[in-house]
Amino acid sequence: MLRFIVRRLIQVVPTLLLLSVLLFAWLRSLPGGPAAALLGDKATPEKIAQLNTVLGLDQPIPVQYFRFLGRAVTGDFGNSLVTGEPVTTEIARALPATIELSIAALLLAVVLGIPLGYVAARYRGRPLDTTTVIATLVGVAVPVFFLGYLLKQFFAVDLGWFPPSGRQAVDIDATHVTGFAVLDGLLTREFDASWDALVHLVLPAVALATIPLAVIVRITRASVLDVMGSDFVRTANSKGLAPRTVRERHVLRNALLPVSTTIGLQTGLLLAGAVLTEKVFVWGGLGTLLAQAIERRDYPRLQAVVLLGALVYVIVNLLVDLSYAIIDPRVRVR
Amino acid sequence: MTSLLERRRRRVDELAEASGRSLTADAFLRLRRNPVAIVGAVIVALFVLVSILAPWIAPHDAATAFPELQRTLRPDSIPGAQPGFPLGSDQNGRDFFSRMILASRQTLLVGVLATLIGLVFGVLIGALAGAFGGWVDTVLMRVTDVLLSIPSLLLAISIAALAARPSQTTVIIAVALVSVPIFARLLRGSMLAQRESDHVLAATSLGVPRRAIVLRHMLPNAMGPVIVQATLTLATSILDAAALSFLGLGDGDPARAEWGLMLANAQAYLDVRPALAFWPAIAIILVALGFTLLGEALREALDPKGRR
Repeated sequence: MLRFIVRRLIQVVPTLLLLSVLLFAWLRSLPGGPAAALLGDKATPEKIAQLNTVLGLDQPIPVQYFRFLGRAVTGDFGNSLVTGEPVTTEIARALPATIELSIAALLLAVVLGIPLGYVAARYRGRPLDTTTVIATLVGVAVPVFFLGYLLKQFFAVDLGWFPPSGRQAVDIDATHVTGFAVLDGLLTREFDASWDALVHLVLPAVALATIPLAVIVRITRASVLDVMGSDFVRTANSKGLAPRTVRERHVLRNALLPVSTTIGLQTGLLLAGAVLTEKVFVWGGLGTLLAQAIERRDYPRLQAVVLLGALVYVIVNLLVDLSYAIIDPRVRVR
Repeated sequence: MTSLLERRRRRVDELAEASGRSLTADAFLRLRRNPVAIVGAVIVALFVLVSILAPWIAPHDAATAFPELQRTLRPDSIPGAQPGFPLGSDQNGRDFFSRMILASRQTLLVGVLATLIGLVFGVLIGALAGAFGGWVDTVLMRVTDVLLSIPSLLLAISIAALAARPSQTTVIIAVALVSVPIFARLLRGSMLAQRESDHVLAATSLGVPRRAIVLRHMLPNAMGPVIVQATLTLATSILDAAALSFLGLGDGDPARAEWGLMLANAQAYLDVRPALAFWPAIAIILVALGFTLLGEALREALDPKGRR
């Protein structure tokens, strides 16, 4: 088991190195080069040359790359062009909001998705199954940002059930400990703040959860159907096990293996979807940071957020692989 | 009452009949029997038809603003349907109906071009990796793995943001590049499976040149999953392009009529006139659904496990 973990960890290294080369090349291929991007409208040839010397951009490319790598490893991705703050500081401030939103959405998708997929498979071909399958297909076809606006318009503006935007009402005096609004309220025993944050979380989380939910339902359904047709289930049934035992101990357990992989893959989608959802609900997390970076062409910030997204994606999928090995001993051998 | 013998004979006949057809013909036959495929195909056919006939269906130009519409245009009210303008005005006093119809062309263009570019490059990389194996395979797949490790929309955003001035071309390129690693990985996988197969071994031992084996024996047989993926990519490309427009990375030209762009630009007028967002949204959802249904049905039809 330990050897498997070590091997998988070593495999991640070349991926990350290549990713750094790619990001470096990306920065170099900015229109007019990074100096022109930094200066924006104020760019003159003299100023660009001057800044190139300051930034070390007149050095040979390999030298530049290793400098970039050295800074990146120590967590230095430069300063935001808009605020002048270190990008990492900005990200650290915005991260809890996005994590809170993503976890809420993922929980929603998993808690609803697995039972729905399972029930659909059990009643295969019946109206319940057909409706579920159609709903998942439509769910994937709806643009996330449009769904966000629909939810906001209907449940927040028209019905007034939920707040239309933000993470917490302005008039609530909340103490911030961790940056996770719901958790902070619990820690400081300000339960009204927790509740308020939770209410704010509902609409964005639902909007963000739709696509992962649809995918999880479909994978669970397909996987359960696959397992139900397998020999060991027939054996379990024919040796007289209670149908319930077969369903819970044999079918569901084995069917959940592919589902866990899918959940890992969905984290990437969540990060991307968060960019759109956060813009709709003015959430103030990484997505908002990224949307602003796009509008102002704030390249250092953009680069750092994309790198972080890739990093999280790689790590989560590594964890999924490892959990797979724990659940299914056969994986370790290969 | 049918005897056991008769039933068995019929079963054998069915098998013989099935194996007499080529995989493609067989898949097509099953596709025609599948209601999901029919619905998908009808939606896609309508979409293509409208976009081909768009200039003849649309009563007006997409870029012209009409004084009779602009006269009643206020920041808090956008005129609705009136004679000659079935869906009323858009936010700039142009005929919304004509723009909806003409936009089908641009949306189809974005979807098809993005998918095609992704397909060509992906197939090229995948075929090279799958045909040669060894270090070529290792290098190419490492690079595609890295691209796959960036969440796709984030990758599209970074590519689109590189353009000094966003345009439809940059949107297409950004959306296309995201699908390259997917196509490459997919084709490489099925090419590798072909390499190990008996008919390739047979061709090799007959002395068929390697180039002919790759091009005539391996590639055509490995294309099935790629074609399925391409159909699904048509849907995601259109959705991704809409998302890029929403983030301000779409075409800056206000005259351009494209559903994703129209939907993104209509968000600011959602309180004033929600129809400006609803129509493009419904169009996008329908088209994405059409391609997805077709792709899923195609996947099922091409799956040899379903062949009986």
